[in-house]
This record gives sequence, structure tokens and C-alpha cells, in this order.
Amino acid sequence: MSTETLNKLIARHDASPHALVQILREAQVLQGWLPRETLGQIAQALGLTLAHVQGVAGFYRFLHTRPVGSYRVLFSNNITDRMLGVDALMRDLCQRLGVTRAQVRADGRVSVDLASCTGLCDQGPALLVNHHHVVTRLSPGRIEHLAALIEDQVLPSLWPAEWSRVDDQIQLADVKLGPQPAPGEALGAAMARGPQGMLDELKRSKLRGRGGAGYPTATKWELCRNAPGQMHYVVCNADEGEPGTFKDRVLLTSYADAVIEGMTIAAWVTGARRGLIYLRGEYRYLLEHLHAVLERRRAQRLLGHGIRGHAGFDFSIDIHVGAGAYVCGEESALIESLEGKRGTPRIRPPFPVEHGYLGQPTTVNNVETFADVTHIALHGGDWWSRIGTRQSTGTKIHCVSGDCERPGLYEYPFGTRVGRILEDCGARDTQAVQVGGPSGVCLSAFEFNRHIAFEDVPTAGAFMVFDRSRDMFTVARNFAHFFAHESCGFCTPCRVGTKLVVRRMEKLQRGDGSAADVRVLFKLDQLMHGTTHCGLGAAACNPLRDTIAKFRPAYERHLQSLHFVPDFDLDAELSQARLATARDDTGAHLENME
Amino acid sequence: MNPQRIDGLGPGSFELDGKEVEFAPGDTILRAATRAGHYIPHLCWKPEFAPHGSCRLCTVKVNGRMGAACTVLAGSGQEVQSDTAELNAQRKTLLQMLFVEGNHFCPSCEKSGDCLLQATAYEMGMEGPFFEEFYPNRPVDASHPDVLLDLNRCILCALCVRASATVDGKHVFSIDGHGIQTRLIVNSPSGLLGDSELQAGDSAARVCPVGAILPKRRGFVIPIGQRRFDLSPVSEQVEKDAT
Repeated sequence: MSTETLNKLIARHDASPHALVQILREAQVLQGWLPRETLGQIAQALGLTLAHVQGVAGFYRFLHTRPVGSYRVLFSNNITDRMLGVDALMRDLCQRLGVTRAQVRADGRVSVDLASCTGLCDQGPALLVNHHHVVTRLSPGRIEHLAALIEDQVLPSLWPAEWSRVDDQIQLADVKLGPQPAPGEALGAAMARGPQGMLDELKRSKLRGRGGAGYPTATKWELCRNAPGQMHYVVCNADEGEPGTFKDRVLLTSYADAVIEGMTIAAWVTGARRGLIYLRGEYRYLLEHLHAVLERRRAQRLLGHGIRGHAGFDFSIDIHVGAGAYVCGEESALIESLEGKRGTPRIRPPFPVEHGYLGQPTTVNNVETFADVTHIALHGGDWWSRIGTRQSTGTKIHCVSGDCERPGLYEYPFGTRVGRILEDCGARDTQAVQVGGPSGVCLSAFEFNRHIAFEDVPTAGAFMVFDRSRDMFTVARNFAHFFAHESCGFCTPCRVGTKLVVRRMEKLQRGDGSAADVRVLFKLDQLMHGTTHCGLGAAACNPLRDTIAKFRPAYERHLQSLHFVPDFDLDAELSQARLATARDDTGAHLENME
Repeated sequence: MNPQRIDGLGPGSFELDGKEVEFAPGDTILRAATRAGHYIPHLCWKPEFAPHGSCRLCTVKVNGRMGAACTVLAGSGQEVQSDTAELNAQRKTLLQMLFVEGNHFCPSCEKSGDCLLQATAYEMGMEGPFFEEFYPNRPVDASHPDVLLDLNRCILCALCVRASATVDGKHVFSIDGHGIQTRLIVNSPSGLLGDSELQAGDSAARVCPVGAILPKRRGFVIPIGQRRFDLSPVSEQVEKDAT
């Protein structure tokens, strides 16, 4: 890449160090990876050190400081993709292309690897090419064709359009996924009430955040509104990284007006003049569409200066594209990332509502929460609070995937029975449901009468179904790998603990495990729950704890004995010696020794 | 997020393992406890730097809730538990994690006897690594004329990162990677310490609590057996930390 091209790119971002992640992302698009020389040029232009820029680039899974293939193929490694055969498909592609997983082919053409869930579980198995193009509904036929297109150097944008078709798959709609108000209608209703009036309406609605934690939205906005600062910010958390979750993908695809209108109402209430959408890197393909919606809303005077003719109500929205880091779904890590830094969660307090983006009062809300606000502005808080339960008002969108006939989105009032969702999606002979993703809860059949609500089974949206043919140990093992892959590496218990969990699970998988290993897993779970810096580490052992407690036979099948088995394989330890002495006869193997 | 947050806004006192500890406005539990001469195990914290909260050794129970004492603000009436069997067992496990994650061979390490990791491990009664060693392949950087950088012993406390940025104003160190691949890196064109702006007298060159950043040609100037933690255990040296 020429210096001129890079300088233009940097100038487009006003040479701001806060745009570092965006600059790195865009620079990589131009040349495939980020050589040290490029990092140095960027560092110099932004007034940062080379090591800082290198450290930021090294944090994100989608940024590469070493060469990668011109075609970077990432298969979605979520358990639902695996159940649909992603492993065999990836092996097939690797074989056809003559490439080893996680290595660049000698000619530099292609590299193939696994990525965390790409949010296409209802139409998987899925893959991501060059951190931009998605291919859904993979089949052996598609893999064969895809390999040929890569060999022929056909650009992904010219691949069959059908391959990148992403369906909304709305199976059951309630207020949010039903008919939509005209753009500006809800905003007009909010403005007519005045900022305080709209806040009061939100209080009456008892709306709680849809990202999982369930914090009252009105309280968050009020704290932000009352916090002193030069600028207030509204941030939409569209870093939908929890495996098995894909509702935000659909909301941003087909309900973007409701989401953006909710952000604008947040600006009206909190006095923010700037908004940011943190779009996960896996949804990069939605960027042009979202820009078009923002542009149209500007033209409709629903964004920009003097919104709806109200002098002084100015609000604009920028989109920040993530670069593959689950931890950035945590709001303070998300803000660090927005500021161009490593996505390490901050020490709290202070909370973002007081000290958020650039140290200013910031409200960070989930995509679905903003959509909820739009409907509340239109129909009133009392209307909303009558839907659902007393403590969990309104509706919740569930992303159903796994072993069922009709995967997709299901919108229910809070308080819906888990079993009802299973009946509606055509799940049969169900063994377990993972609600809320790996960091949520794993329910077994005797719990299907429980209800989805903050006071019973809370959820961020994922609903992964496993029938009786599935090995729940394999499910937990997949989740263990996910957390180790996504640990930010900041604190000891998560950085080392997630790795130790993976090592134990692999030991069990090999058939070398013993009851002592299961006890160690329990101990690690307890430690990580109490001592980690953020919720990622604290939740990392949730699936493990649930599956050990509820599906213990699945673990015991993997135990060699219930007694102690050492962590190392004595015979395997001799492999280096065999290699060095070029011996592989029976006398060189331990089991043959007297 | 409590809208009625009152902690840290005024002076007051809390209870640490049944003993009353006074705090000043803005104090964290660890800062106030250290000033009062009470020991709460820690590795990544030093009073002169902003808290980092990464080692998690100082995790205590505040009114029954777990939190890192270096980041939780002191508040009037808090009941803090620290020196309990449960919390010390967790600390031992965290220490074992740090030991197996790197390559820590105390008998051959110049820092032995002066090493906070080693001293804290003794304090917590750690007798072995418990977990299997990871044996990572980490480089030793001997390019600097006066300072040795041995990443095998780095515990990612980031004290050198903070010292170089805030005291020396040089930003010699940064953190790179993620997960178990997280590592300390050096700011220089080659990535080597010899090419960096680090000087032997810098705060960053002297702040390392373990043997990752060591001055050259000082080996065994103080004999083993007469070093800081050979003379008295780390828990009895809290006052030195506070000054």
C-alpha cells in the first residue's frame, strides 16, 4: 500500500488516535494484513507508539500482523454449526485446496480456520470470507464449488448471490417483529412529551436491558442525563457475540429504523448529540445498508441538525465496526474499543453513565432495548408494563437454533414457558436447551416448565436446542474452547483458568480423564466465578457447571477410571526420543516394557 | 451501579477481618489497609501507580461480595474479609496459575529472595504447582547493555507499562495479544529492548516485582539468604510498601 493511500485513509479519520481500530481495519482491507511497516506509519501519523499500535492490532482476532491468505476463510465454530457438520466441511475444503488449518498455503492464496459464532446459526453451517462476505447453508456441493472459485481467483463479491442470502426467518412475531410504525412517528410522540416526560414514560414501562443483565433502562438514562459532562453519548451495542444469538442481525437488517429511532429518543432524553453503533465485525456485510438508513433518516430530518424542526435538537450517528472480540460486548470494553484501544474491560466504578466514551457520560444499550424504546414511545409505558411479568415487562426475542424443525426468531412476552418455545419450534426428544448462550444456563428436561424472565430464567436471546442424540460433554467442550479463545488475557483467573479448563476437557475427550479432573473443573469454576475482572471470566464455567450437575453420565463416559490418571502420557513423552533415534520398534514403546 | 453511591466520598472506617481501618476520601480498600499496616496479598499493585486489577490476588469479600481490594473503593461500615481459609486457598490457586503459565525456576533465578511472586507463594503456603506446567516458548531479550528482559518470568502485572508511561514518560512497554497468548512487548523499531529508550535508572527498569526485568551485572551482589524476603516474610513488610 502506498504511503499516499494510507495517509488519505488516516486523514478520513482526522488522524484521531480514537479511530485506531477503524484505521487498522480499513488498512487491512487494502492489503490483506498489517505489516510492521504499516503499523509504524499509522503510529507516527496518530502520535502513538509502535508498540501501542501493535498491541491494539494484536488484540483483535480479525486483525492480522502476520501474512494471511488472499482468501481468508473462517468457518463458524458454534456448537450449532458443528452439529450441522462444519468440521467435515472444513476438512473437505482444506483437502481440496491443499491447505492446513490455520496455515497460509505456500502460494499465499488461501488460509482456512475456525471463528467464534458468526450469528447465522439458524441457517448454518456458515462461513465468513475476508471478514466481510458470509456464506450460509454450507453443503458439500457448495464447498466443492467454493474451492474451485478460490482456485480460479474469483472475487467473493462475484460468487453466487444465493450463497450470501441471509434470511430473517421470523417464525413468531409480537409487537417488535410485527408491523412497524412510520419512521419518526415514535420520535414525534417522545418529543411531544418532552425529555423528562419521555423518561417518566420509560420508568412506567419498567423496561430492563435486553443484553442480558436486565438493568432498568430508565435508571441508566437518568444517571447519564444527570451526570455532568461536556458531551453526552448514546451507544448502541450491536456486538452480538454470544454464541447462538442472532436477533440483532435481523433487527439491524429489517428493523433498523426502530433501533435508530430508539437511539434518537435516548439522545432526546439524555441530551446526547452524538451516537455510535458498535457493529460486530461478523456483521460487516450490513454496513452499507445501515449507512443508507442513516442517510435516509438525515434526509427525513430524523437525524442531523434541528431534528423534526426542533431547534437545538441535534444528533448524529457514526458506525464503528468491530474486529472480532467477544469481550467487547461488555460495555466498558466496548467503549475502550470505540476509543481505539484494546478491548479490556475497565475498572468500575466509575460506570459509563458517568465516565464513558472519552470520559463523558454515556449510555450503552442493546440493539433490542432501543427497538423496545421506540414502541414504548408510541404506545406508552403502561401498555408495555402490562405485557410480560411484573418484574420482566414487554417481549423478548429468542434466537432458536439446533435440533428443531423451524429455527429462527420467536418473539414472546416475558413469562413464556421454555416448553412452549420448544413445542412451537418443532423440537422433538429434547435433552437440553442452552438459554442465553454459553454464559447463560443449560436446562435439562425436568426444567422445561420454567419461565423465561429475569426472575426465573433470564436470557440475552440465544436458545440452542439439543436432542437426545447429542453428547452434552461435547457441547460443554465447545463452549470451553470458545471462552479460552475469547479471553482478553487481562486477569489471571480468566487468562489461565479458561486454558486449564480446555486442557481438562481435552484430557477427558482423549479418554484419559479421572474423577479428580472433574473435581478440578469444579474448583476452577468456583475460582473464576469469584475472582475474574469481568463477566466473561465469571461466566466461562457456567456451561461446565450446569452440564456436570445435570448430565454427569456424559462426563463419566469419558473417564478412563474413577481414580487418578496423570496429566501426561508416559509413552507420548517418549515420542521425541523415538524421533531422535529413528526408532519405532516395540522396544521403543512404554507399554511393551516390562 | 447504585444511584445512591456514597463510598469514597468522605473519610470513614471499615472493618478488615474484625479490625477497624480508617480511610481517606477516594481510598481503595487495599490502599487504606496498607497505610494502616495490614497485609492483603497482591502482585500488580503499588501505591504510586493507578490500580490495574489484573492479578486478582487481592480479591476480598466486601459485605459478602467478592471484589479486588485494589479497585473497590473503601466505604463506611464495610465488612471486609481477607485473611480467611477460603480466600487464601483461592490466592494459592491464582499463584499456581501464574507459576504454570510461565517458566518460573526459582533456584536458578537471580530474583530469588527478592521476588514478590515467590514471597507471596510462600506466604500462601504454596508447596507445588498443582496444575501441569505449560512450558511456553518465550524469548529472552539480552540486547540492552544494562537491562535483561526475560519474558519467561513475566506475570503481566503491567507495572513496567505504567511506570514507563507515567513516571519515565517513555512508553517503552505495551501489552500485545489476547488470551493465553497475551505478552509484554517493547516499543522500538526492532521490538528489542536494546533499541528502546529504556535506561537502567528508569522507574520501568526497576519496578518489576518478579525476575522479568533485571539489571545486568548485579547477580548475587546480595547473597541468597540475605535478601529482602529471606529476612522477613512479605506480610511483615507492609509498612515499606506504604511509604
